[in-house]
Amino acid sequence: MEPYKKHESIAALMNRSNVDTDQIIPKQFLKKVERSGFGQHLFHDWRFNDDGSDNPQFELNKPAFKGAKILVVGDNFGCGSSREHAPWAIADYGFNTIISTSYADIFYNNCFKNGILAIKVDKAQLDKLMAEIAANEGVRFVVDLENQQVTTPGGNSFSFEIDPFRKGNLLSGLDDIGLTLKHVDKITQYEQQHKQNFPWLWV
Amino acid sequence: MKKTMYEKIWDSHLVVDEAGQAPLLYVDRHLMHEVTSPQAFEGLRLSGRKVRNPHSILATMDHCVPTKNRDLPIADPIAKKQIETMAENCLENGLNLYDMKNPNNGVIHVVVPEHGFVHPGMVVVCGDSHTATHGAFGALAFGIGTSEVEHVMATQTLPQKKSKTMQVVVNGALSKYASAKDIALAITGKIGTAGGTGYVIEYTGSAIRELSMEGRMTLCNMAIEAGARAGLVAPDEKTYEYLKGREFAPSGQYWDQALAYWKSLPSDEGAVFDAVVTLDAADIAPQVSWGTSPEQVAGVDSVVPAPESFADETKRKACEGALAYMGLKPNTKITDIAIDYVFIGSCTNGRIEDFRIAAEVAKGTKVAGGVTAIAVPGSYHVKQQAEAEGLDKIFIDAGWQWREPGCSMCLAMNGDELTPGQRCASTSNRNFEGRQGKGGRTHLVSPAMAAAAAAAGHFVDIRKL
Repeated sequence: MEPYKKHESIAALMNRSNVDTDQIIPKQFLKKVERSGFGQHLFHDWRFNDDGSDNPQFELNKPAFKGAKILVVGDNFGCGSSREHAPWAIADYGFNTIISTSYADIFYNNCFKNGILAIKVDKAQLDKLMAEIAANEGVRFVVDLENQQVTTPGGNSFSFEIDPFRKGNLLSGLDDIGLTLKHVDKITQYEQQHKQNFPWLWV
Repeated sequence: MKKTMYEKIWDSHLVVDEAGQAPLLYVDRHLMHEVTSPQAFEGLRLSGRKVRNPHSILATMDHCVPTKNRDLPIADPIAKKQIETMAENCLENGLNLYDMKNPNNGVIHVVVPEHGFVHPGMVVVCGDSHTATHGAFGALAFGIGTSEVEHVMATQTLPQKKSKTMQVVVNGALSKYASAKDIALAITGKIGTAGGTGYVIEYTGSAIRELSMEGRMTLCNMAIEAGARAGLVAPDEKTYEYLKGREFAPSGQYWDQALAYWKSLPSDEGAVFDAVVTLDAADIAPQVSWGTSPEQVAGVDSVVPAPESFADETKRKACEGALAYMGLKPNTKITDIAIDYVFIGSCTNGRIEDFRIAAEVAKGTKVAGGVTAIAVPGSYHVKQQAEAEGLDKIFIDAGWQWREPGCSMCLAMNGDELTPGQRCASTSNRNFEGRQGKGGRTHLVSPAMAAAAAAAGHFVDIRKL
């Protein structure tokens, strides 16, 4: 995983709530056995017309949002299925930051495993950010994870809360499994106890 | 201190709980299917790691498998590759796989309970959000992403954040033909698809005690639709009776030992939940979803709502969008909505009880003109049992298609799908845009409601049949 660095980038706006993982990456693209290449299918059913051409009505197809790394979206983003193909598609498309009021639980976890910073803000703050982008499409925000700060030119800067463990992993780009395996002795110890307490699970 | 069942399971599975680090939780059972696992195996291979406890894993192939013409090769080359990759990965790592040709094949969340693989008090994971199903046994069961699948294979643990607890109390008696599915939809309607976010739900109350194990699985299965990490039902005599004698259930000298442990699991009297939601079962009419989110539901005796009936702006906008996609007008009676397709099956409603009740309603009827109706058993054992009881004949005589087991039209990955604009009465769990095929329109209902709709060509209030 790439370490997450402070960056300035275009913030794209999708003013929709309850966007589910079936929309983020429709099921016809879940049959691949690799992790890469899902970005071309991100939001497929909204993004493309039936003949495969770009749907100009779809927000992310606006030229002003081209190259955006920040995605600002409505409540409860990523609800539905556990498919990690959703954050794979988002990251592969080029986003590394999402700003919303709330996320579905599994999706939220999946983001941090893939170098995506999912920032939670309150409703009033989100409304202000959405208004700023709507009024000035192509506006660039600065995201500083180290100092937990987002800066906007329209004066809607804010600081955000994040679990220190998730923050550390994003900043270092560290592998979760490697971190857990530092505790392998404790896992082995737990397993020995587990075999004594629940012998029927080990026969 | 008085503890909830969730807290008891959490505490007994903590391997590491140190400041500055996410608590590490031990995983007893790891379930797998072909869609969310290949990249996890690839990750293991690339890092030179091994599966720590192969015996904790049970795998099936369910999402991509065809439900007809099983004797022919899989037509979709990408699906075929995914199926083959699953078989290779399981063979290479010594994992127990029930493949398409195995008599134990079927949808993972239907197959696992049939073999008694999940017990009360366990921590159970799967790269699938409907893992919540197994909470019906009093196990903490939740869906994970593919990176976490790899993590569990390598370490048998997961870094986890402790959830808050929500008690959903359902007292009273359900009306005739109202079912666990209707309770699940009514709860989602009441608290919303984000209502349970950050929580583990424990379902309690007399209506929950009355549910069969199959009903409890249906209920817990849809905990995720209300945003919850997991759903739980405390184990009781029904749970023990269900498990006894199954392949992976404790036996002989271990049965009494396991039973004593299981009986210690229910939440202590007076344990405090972070939130409490109460419903009266008698108020729950058979439910029909009208929108594109599982919270957009109504009783069959009511109407499609108008956007302006929602005070909240977000909900009003969501209603507008949903009605446009669904091709519905506000204030249309639910019973006036005509359908083109009926699907009975899935990890939500693909168990023997579901086919029994649907067959009871379908018996002696004919599928309405222009309607296609398919019955897809959740597992090969469900299929065999249904056939032994003659249920397949009831469906076939009524003009239904009787298929091989799989996820099928719940998420339409295997070629069973709606065409744009088609409207389906479906016993599955999600009515998202395009879930059952691009442009397809899904109405979530119980098996009895689906069978009644197939015969009438539109929704009917089964309480009045």
